[in-house]
Amino acid sequence: MNGNVLVLAERRGGELKRPTFEILGVARRLAEASGGRVDVLALGPGASGCAEAVARHGADRLLVCEADFLELYAPEAYAAALADAARRSEAAVVLVAATILGRDVAPRAAARLGVGCLSDLVEIEPVPGGGLRGRRPVYSGKAIATVSVPSEVRPAVATLRPNVFPVPPATAGRSAEVVPVEAALSPSALRVRTVRVEKPAEQEVDVAEASIVVSGGRGLKAPENFALVRDLARVLGGAVGASRAVVDAGWIAHANQVGQTGKVVSPNLYVACGISGAIQHLAGMSSSKVIVAVNKDPEAPIFKVADFGIVGDLFEVLPKLTEEIRKIKES
Amino acid sequence: MKILVGIKHVPDTEAKVKVAADGVSLDETGVKMVPSPFDEYALEEALRIREARGGEVVVVSAGKESAQVSLRQGLAMGADRAVLVHDDRLDRADGLARARVLAAVARAEAPDLILLGKYGVGTDEGQTGPMLGEILDLPHTSAVTTLTLGERTFGARREIEGAVEVVEGSLPAVISCEKGLNEPRYPSLRGIMAARKKPLDVKRPADLGLDPDDLLPGRRVVWESIALPPARRAGRVLKGEAAETARELARLLREDAKVI
Repeated sequence: MNGNVLVLAERRGGELKRPTFEILGVARRLAEASGGRVDVLALGPGASGCAEAVARHGADRLLVCEADFLELYAPEAYAAALADAARRSEAAVVLVAATILGRDVAPRAAARLGVGCLSDLVEIEPVPGGGLRGRRPVYSGKAIATVSVPSEVRPAVATLRPNVFPVPPATAGRSAEVVPVEAALSPSALRVRTVRVEKPAEQEVDVAEASIVVSGGRGLKAPENFALVRDLARVLGGAVGASRAVVDAGWIAHANQVGQTGKVVSPNLYVACGISGAIQHLAGMSSSKVIVAVNKDPEAPIFKVADFGIVGDLFEVLPKLTEEIRKIKES
Repeated sequence: MKILVGIKHVPDTEAKVKVAADGVSLDETGVKMVPSPFDEYALEEALRIREARGGEVVVVSAGKESAQVSLRQGLAMGADRAVLVHDDRLDRADGLARARVLAAVARAEAPDLILLGKYGVGTDEGQTGPMLGEILDLPHTSAVTTLTLGERTFGARREIEGAVEVVEGSLPAVISCEKGLNEPRYPSLRGIMAARKKPLDVKRPADLGLDPDDLLPGRRVVWESIALPPARRAGRVLKGEAAETARELARLLREDAKVI
């Protein structure tokens, strides 16, 4: 794989999101192996403001289009801008975070370039002699696939799962050339756009982004008992997750569901409370670094994947555990 | 209003995954195959739109002949007719090849709206909607949890990390559906009986003017192998009085696992 690497920066409210730095680390590694350059594309008003941050994390050039209409996500415009930037950069590889936005824009840009797309990679490496290879969970993590883009297909477009690739330390003193680019499409050509983003009154950490997730299942017995899970999540600074059974029962929103028809998560710590561990739930959380299970049934399948388990009544255990962790945090 | 609904024939989410002898496919022996769960939200939404405004719902799938089973289930839920583009290689063709096949069907059918699941369970990619939008030069939006239609417009809400995007666009459009959009109906006995007599048209890629070589696995994306993930070992189980086990667990998380 000879050539440059293009990274799509993801900004929300003017701030770069963490996965952008994660993929910049990968881009730097690939560019150094191929002797190419790392270009970053940032879209929307104020995009050039991220030049210093991306430079310190490995970018050589920052392509910016600061048109007002690119402030919120517009699939057609973002995909056209990404495809244009890939051509302009003569990119051999295009990397996008597998966030909600990235998973949406990368395939559309790939189709515009007439190439395929590797989705949701958790490992990535150049193929000796050309091409790009990666590994990705399939069947929600029940299996791992090895996939590749042949060397004659350029660029190789890939999305990278957030929270998997480490953010390398910043290098002080690096700078990036800022290159303004025209919008690939005019605003009048757009037939779909985001008109606004609504944030919940009480901002909760999203399960897909959290480094700690505390989930509740049917063992909680009633929706109001989710308070026990929320209390533990709060003291840990984590997100609240749930099994499919309690989402289907209407106890909590689908946004909280972990598993094959919900979100696949790989936090540093996953605490399963009153969740037996159906196969489709295990698929969604088995790649967590440390798993804790609290369940009264010692035969529950969740204990087969748990690093630490408590066999006991969660109504007794959870308040005590919350209290113990609060003590540790305060000490 | 004419609505095209994409249906992918996939292993049931309760299924255990076994790798076939070729090292790259799923061993489907004894595995129940179903319409991808997200596609059921798409079909349910299409049926509700037809019930409110009239029109036609066509379900379409691209893959093996066995995908007829999932199309028949779509017909049993209430779709008017079905189209299968049959080519065994489609199951391992890349996202762009699959999207080109669906695009060819869409060109022939000229629907006002194309609905899909947010991804096919199994490959978990979610490439088809965005690629279909680009190939057909149509707007698209993905993973919507509410959808409202005007005469030639749509409004949708979609969950992003920690917030909700409110989206507006014009029809025709490609829209993929997320859990929470609706509650899919079960096929009634009458629906199942009626489905047997509904048209299910089987086409080959060449019938749609497609280059069969475009479907060759490995043309743009190579599936080299699939393997089971390393098994997790069961760890320490603490038993005893709640206060004691909680204290011990907190200590282990702090000192051994170093995660808090």
